[in-house]
Amino acid sequence: MIYLQLFYTFFIIGIFTFGGGYAMLSLIQNEVVVKHQWIDPQGFTDIIAISQMTPGPIGINSATYLGYTVTGNVFGSIVASTAVMLPSFLIILTICLMMEKFRKSRWFHNLMIDIRPIVVGMIGAAAAVLMNGENFIDATSWILFGAAFIAGKFYKVSPIITIIAGGLAGFLIYY
Amino acid sequence: MKKKNIYLEIFSCFSKIGAFTIGGGYAMIPIIENEVVEKRKWIAKDDFMEVLAISQSAPGLLAVNISIFLGYRLKGIKGSLVATSGSILPSFLIILAIAMLFRDYASYPAINAIFKGIRPVVVALIAVPAVNMIKSYNLSPVKIVIAVLVLAMISFAKIPATYILFTAAIISISCTIYKCRTENRAKK
Repeated sequence: MIYLQLFYTFFIIGIFTFGGGYAMLSLIQNEVVVKHQWIDPQGFTDIIAISQMTPGPIGINSATYLGYTVTGNVFGSIVASTAVMLPSFLIILTICLMMEKFRKSRWFHNLMIDIRPIVVGMIGAAAAVLMNGENFIDATSWILFGAAFIAGKFYKVSPIITIIAGGLAGFLIYY
Repeated sequence: MKKKNIYLEIFSCFSKIGAFTIGGGYAMIPIIENEVVEKRKWIAKDDFMEVLAISQSAPGLLAVNISIFLGYRLKGIKGSLVATSGSILPSFLIILAIAMLFRDYASYPAINAIFKGIRPVVVALIAVPAVNMIKSYNLSPVKIVIAVLVLAMISFAKIPATYILFTAAIISISCTIYKCRTENRAKK
């Protein structure tokens, strides 16, 4: 049953997302590209590009998009998006109810600090896994990558502008 | 004047936030703050900072966590449901429309060429926050090594990230317990 699988997969992704949508990418990638093979690596990169150009959090966007692509049905989108948010709902509501305790609890505080290098590694892995032959087809790809990295890191160019520039370059070079 | 329905107001406020934030959860923070703290005065600045800190450290998506949390503060569980659906609905509809259309257009040579240019750029957009976080988290050299090891374990050894996170959480919590015990013993 594809909907159940979709729900379970995105529910697990929702539980293990620390450090925002980017950290979620390597989880989603492992589940949908490697394990279930619902989408090929190229298609996955395209989803990330589309998610970054459209409003809303990237985790929800990719869940919505994948839910539709996998099932070919709006219901798939609803299932995946709901599943990815459900753990947050349960956890945040629990925290709200036990606010005082959580604020003082030392293990929670330490856990959140200790987990930071893992989160950074996960985001780095999301980038590393995408550096494959499907996304980097020739030397031009690497030049575009370098330019985009420098633009984002040192000139704080917004992701949307960078993606539009990349699309324009692609059109001029490959079309 | 008739009093506006609070749920309707929460919904419209959060859907406005959802519709205008491009680039993920972190881009949403200043917009949420402006709407909720300054314009509508639903929550004090200090309380907002606390909501933000907890939303950041809890698992899940930042924007979703903030919506759940603020909605709960305003009107309990119903409020959190209304706020969250408001904040994700605009992007849900937009992405759905794109997903429906993209299938048919993806095979066009022009679209294909555009995405050939976009793909390496997207990889760079993911690499940048990873590098930036080393600084903003103030990671020590040892922790940077750990981050690189995690990267290698996931991307080369293909170990699922969930296993690594779970193991790290167990180690962290046991260390805290161990520290507490030794401190208590020292007190005695």
